[in-house]
Amino acid sequence: MEDEKQKCCQCNCGGKDEFLEKLCEKYQPVKDNLIQMLNEVQEHYGYVPKHAQKALSDFLNVPMAEIYGVITFYSRFTLKPKEKYNIAVCLGTACYVKGSQKIMDRLKERLKIESGETTPDGKFSIEETRCVGACGLAPVFTVNGEVYGKATVQKMDQVLDELSAKE
Amino acid sequence: MKTLEQINQIREEKRRELDLRVNTKADTREKHILVCHGTGCTSSKSPEILENFRKILKEKNIDNVRVIMTGCFGLCAKGPIVIIRPEDTFYSNVTPEDCEEIIQKHIIEGNRVERLLCKDIDGSIVNSLDELNFYKKQKRIALKNCGVINPEEIDEYIAFDGYKALEKVLKEMIPEDVIEVLKVSGLRGRGGAGFPTGKKWEITKGYSADQKYVVCNADEGDPGAFMDRSILEGDPHSVLESMIIAGFTIGANKGYIYVRAEYPIAVKRFQIAIDQAKEYGILGKNIFGTDFDFDVEIRLGAGAFVCGEETALLESIEGKRGQPRVKPPYPAECGLWGKPTLINNVETFANITRIILNGAEWYASIGTQNSKGTKVFALGGNVNNIGLVEVPMGTTLREIVFDIGGGVPNNREFKAAQTGGPSGGCIPAEHLDTPIDYESLKAIGSMMGSGGLIVMDDTKCMVCLAKFYLEFTVSESCGKCTPCRIGTKRMLEILERLCSGEGTEFDIYRLEKLAANIQKASICGLGQSAPNPVISTLKYFREEFRQHAIQKECKTLECKALSKITINPEKCKGCGLCQKHCPVNAIEGEGRDKRVINQDKCIKCGTCLASCPFHAIGN
Repeated sequence: MEDEKQKCCQCNCGGKDEFLEKLCEKYQPVKDNLIQMLNEVQEHYGYVPKHAQKALSDFLNVPMAEIYGVITFYSRFTLKPKEKYNIAVCLGTACYVKGSQKIMDRLKERLKIESGETTPDGKFSIEETRCVGACGLAPVFTVNGEVYGKATVQKMDQVLDELSAKE
Repeated sequence: MKTLEQINQIREEKRRELDLRVNTKADTREKHILVCHGTGCTSSKSPEILENFRKILKEKNIDNVRVIMTGCFGLCAKGPIVIIRPEDTFYSNVTPEDCEEIIQKHIIEGNRVERLLCKDIDGSIVNSLDELNFYKKQKRIALKNCGVINPEEIDEYIAFDGYKALEKVLKEMIPEDVIEVLKVSGLRGRGGAGFPTGKKWEITKGYSADQKYVVCNADEGDPGAFMDRSILEGDPHSVLESMIIAGFTIGANKGYIYVRAEYPIAVKRFQIAIDQAKEYGILGKNIFGTDFDFDVEIRLGAGAFVCGEETALLESIEGKRGQPRVKPPYPAECGLWGKPTLINNVETFANITRIILNGAEWYASIGTQNSKGTKVFALGGNVNNIGLVEVPMGTTLREIVFDIGGGVPNNREFKAAQTGGPSGGCIPAEHLDTPIDYESLKAIGSMMGSGGLIVMDDTKCMVCLAKFYLEFTVSESCGKCTPCRIGTKRMLEILERLCSGEGTEFDIYRLEKLAANIQKASICGLGQSAPNPVISTLKYFREEFRQHAIQKECKTLECKALSKITINPEKCKGCGLCQKHCPVNAIEGEGRDKRVINQDKCIKCGTCLASCPFHAIGN
């Protein structure tokens, strides 16, 4: 049992999760807090691990199925951890008009995966985002949240080369 | 806790201190270096610039210069922006390394740093903000404080008439007066639909209940729109103040603001605003010594476009999947947890304090017959001055795109502008002189929307654009009602067929039929407006759809299956540059031969087009 818990959250909590305990102290046990709490869980782990879903289910008295329903409805919540380098290309209208689709295509071509997937070595994952708010720098892509503005296919190649060379 | 007298005293003192921010002739030996901290500039290192300025000033022992973070100045394309006041010098594209030079030359020696001065589209150097064409036709009401005050300091907001409107409402007015003022002002909802704000407040006030709510809709989901974010980042207190006024007017004592979690800076600044207002006793129990209580809480969205729809937003605040409710009953009667709820957009709220202070007549004098005041647009796409603009209603699209926006870059032709995002439509060049107001935009098949305005040049394929928006609505459809869930998917499939050359003329007919059905039968605004991008592109660019369907041809390079790049032998001089640039060696010919493209090898990347000095290559 202990092993399973360790495996599912990928941290060294050893089954006792201080973060979740603190989270449950911070909020009232009412159902409306579900999305707020999920946001914090997502922020902390980078995804919503199963043991956190269970903890929220017990705390808020909401069935696991309903929590799953909420997680899968909102694009910010994910059920799988993000990889080491998560590259997100903005496909908001401003970036799209400036050619971000070409950059996305190049990324898919280079890494040989589709949007939302992970490379076999677990190093890169890619996704499409809608507007990161830096429309003045369009087109943009982000690597783990860091914004690369006025992007071109060449710039994407360069960044990929650099990241691939890194450990 | 501060008394009203103390707040008034802060206002007076702080206003004198900050006079140099708005008065270029201010009599002071102080200087303020304003560094833009909107999301755009922040992602190009403006926090580092701010730190560098502070560090250098400290090293050089300069004590009459303050470095201040502000909200967005609007001209995001030239970021990061640094403005030095009172002289109003405008530095653009500043890097952290430039700080030393600015301090040395500008602050110490009193000369401007020429190379960093902002240049207008025609290349002329801009000495101060007002000289820039970008600002000349703008009128800033909702954005009045953006770029002037430090959004994380309540005192600076108070200095520029902050919380004065609230004081006026609580001390001198009754709820009916506030509603009357809003009605006379002619303010309409800035979220897109344009419902008269005064009327909405009156209806919500009319329902009696033990508990009512005020909700601010800051779930700005339209990709490419960032008006609400900039207001929250640059002037959060103005929204907060108006929410309190709304609470007093409709009889609510609890407010929620629903913000996208993708806007961390806006969330942080609004939280700071709430905390500061509580500390001053402006939020909480017995506001300004009256028996009126009000409290505001932030609720984070989690990335669902449909949550911008008011009833879906309420569901989301309640912690559920954001699926819209069937209307009626409208939220004014049965909203959050079944209680009467007033929902307004960020920009609507941002206008209200100014209307109360300056009077309804003043506001009604701006704009057109049925659309009063100003509207903020996020100008983006193929336009020179990308950024945030606020113009009086009735300004024409041509003025926005060409005078303010500086026209289309790279000598390309203007093809269309898109307003209203995935719910709006395309406006072609022949309608450039349409005045921007709710009715005129609707009449030409688009809509005001929340304020995204994307300009497209002639390299854009309209079928692809329609496909792009449909991809968006398909992935954002909540799935509750069939017309939207399945209908938009079918429309997308047809558009994909058209773009890949497998479409037929009958497909165009099918598209129109589906669009009409989805519009009629969907339950919420997202579904009802989802076909709009297709309908409006079909209306104005039908010929392009027919070319895709019948001739199997795309004049732009966007539909790869349908485009063919050829070299015009009359213009080709045989220089061979295209050959050098072609990544797949698809161009044949030697020496001074006229070059020919081998269509079997060509991947239609367009590299050769850009490389030809004689414009001999076309599609």
